[in-house]
Amino acid sequence: MHPAPSIIFFTVLSGLGLGIMAWLGLGLGPDGGLYPWVASALALALTGAGGICSVGHLGRRENAWRAFSQWRSSWLSREACLMLAAMAAFGVYAALWCLGGLRLWPLGLVAAALAVATIYATGMIYAQIRAVPRWSATPTPALFLVTGLAGGLLGAGTAAGLSGKPAPEGWVALGLLLAAGVAVWWQTAAAGATRGSQGSSMETATGLGFMGRVRMLEAPHTGSNYLLDEMAYRVARRRAFELRRLGALLGYVAPLVLALLAPGLGGWLLAPALLGHVAGMLALRWLFFAEAQHVQALYYGLR
Amino acid sequence: MTSLPKPSERGTGRKMGLVIDLDICVGCHACAVACKEWNTGGYGAPLSDTDAYGAEPEGTWLNRIHTFEVAPPEGPAQIVHFPKSCLHCEDAPCVTVCPTGASYKRAEDGIVLVNEDTCMGCGLCAWACPYGARELDQVAGVMKKCTLCIDRIYNENIPEADRQPACVRACPAGARHFGDIGDPDSEVSQLVSERGGMDLMPEQETKPVNKYLPPRGRDATAPPVNLAEMAEPEPSGFLGWVDRALQKLG
Repeated sequence: MHPAPSIIFFTVLSGLGLGIMAWLGLGLGPDGGLYPWVASALALALTGAGGICSVGHLGRRENAWRAFSQWRSSWLSREACLMLAAMAAFGVYAALWCLGGLRLWPLGLVAAALAVATIYATGMIYAQIRAVPRWSATPTPALFLVTGLAGGLLGAGTAAGLSGKPAPEGWVALGLLLAAGVAVWWQTAAAGATRGSQGSSMETATGLGFMGRVRMLEAPHTGSNYLLDEMAYRVARRRAFELRRLGALLGYVAPLVLALLAPGLGGWLLAPALLGHVAGMLALRWLFFAEAQHVQALYYGLR
Repeated sequence: MTSLPKPSERGTGRKMGLVIDLDICVGCHACAVACKEWNTGGYGAPLSDTDAYGAEPEGTWLNRIHTFEVAPPEGPAQIVHFPKSCLHCEDAPCVTVCPTGASYKRAEDGIVLVNEDTCMGCGLCAWACPYGARELDQVAGVMKKCTLCIDRIYNENIPEADRQPACVRACPAGARHFGDIGDPDSEVSQLVSERGGMDLMPEQETKPVNKYLPPRGRDATAPPVNLAEMAEPEPSGFLGWVDRALQKLG
């Protein structure tokens, strides 16, 4: 699948922002001083920036508002509605917290639940697509949820470190460890989730398997087309191993080491940890798309 | 609405669709050209081409003709021309993923359509389709797909003979048939049951309405004759004696 930068930035940034929202809504983090301002701004800015990125790949942006209408059937529509609701609930919660020093815990719980539900909806957009086994035959919603929540914990910790408050380094480290475990779980499942493992082949695609082995003799057109550009992306898959190692190093290992060093050297260390984590997640999310194979490419002989 | 119509809403149970005979198709692309010609001037935005006369021409087509070679375990391989367009699936995954309500399946005849006025061009429906039947027009920014020539089949302003999809009307070999696949007595349903019409990628559980008729078995052919051997001149005279002598030595 074509790794569109707009979708990669959207899923990583808004996942992180929503993760921070969830933890703050649950009551994590100290009151008073700069902390409520820094943490709330980080959560809302990341989520909002992601939302703006997501509009980037649309063919008709003027119709984007209609995406709030089909929440009964469409996960993409549910994601849009939930995200707006989460931002609204958290916005009110954060305003009361920053300006009045009041943490309205029922509202916080609602914001946290909406934030978690939004991340789940994002995961389901991919998990529902049967035509892409690497997304649908793997624990994709779990991957998105745990990635967002671990990132959120790191983000909330970073805000504490930056505003001179004690940061929950131990919990951050534990969260990153869990997230890395889920990433390995997903990766293991993805390695076996091929089009063939789901029963699709050029033979089932053409229905000609009863006659023998099918091979493409001639493509329908000499140039490329939307289908090949969008759903038969093949560039740089050969560098996947190096990129995955880099993503794991930046996204999990380095932040983990920094989080463990932070109690001794200072909470500010969580800031570079967060930057590394985001860079690593961008690399891994790029692979999430670039390595995914769509069954329709079978019609083009791309086994 | 992007929910699929419920069985109770389907009323007559009509399922308009195509039956494509892979035994007859000669791969002339006339159906694809007729489709592009009709639909670029008909329903919705034109089917654009980009860099049409340049080095990397691309364009939006609603019907594309692939050509496959099928090699049996023994004997010569067979060429199959394979037109592919939207199959108007009963459980169309492209419809339910649509966030704006632009994609819908009509209750009265099962045709899957896109309302281009409300489509935001996100491309998720094209991802959800296992068959590559939807293409995002690169100029208009909206999703394009086969409409089963909705503006022909019910059009009372054109002669009755023309009230079928442009691809069916254009096919010079009679490889394409249009009709109600939901009616077991229709001509297309008869064809499907006689010839063993098949679904594409049944494992995706989309329940396609369009059916493909498999190629008939070919007559057994004699083993290929080695023409090069027949063209070898028979040596005579002195050369013939040398040839025979060498053959004995060897």
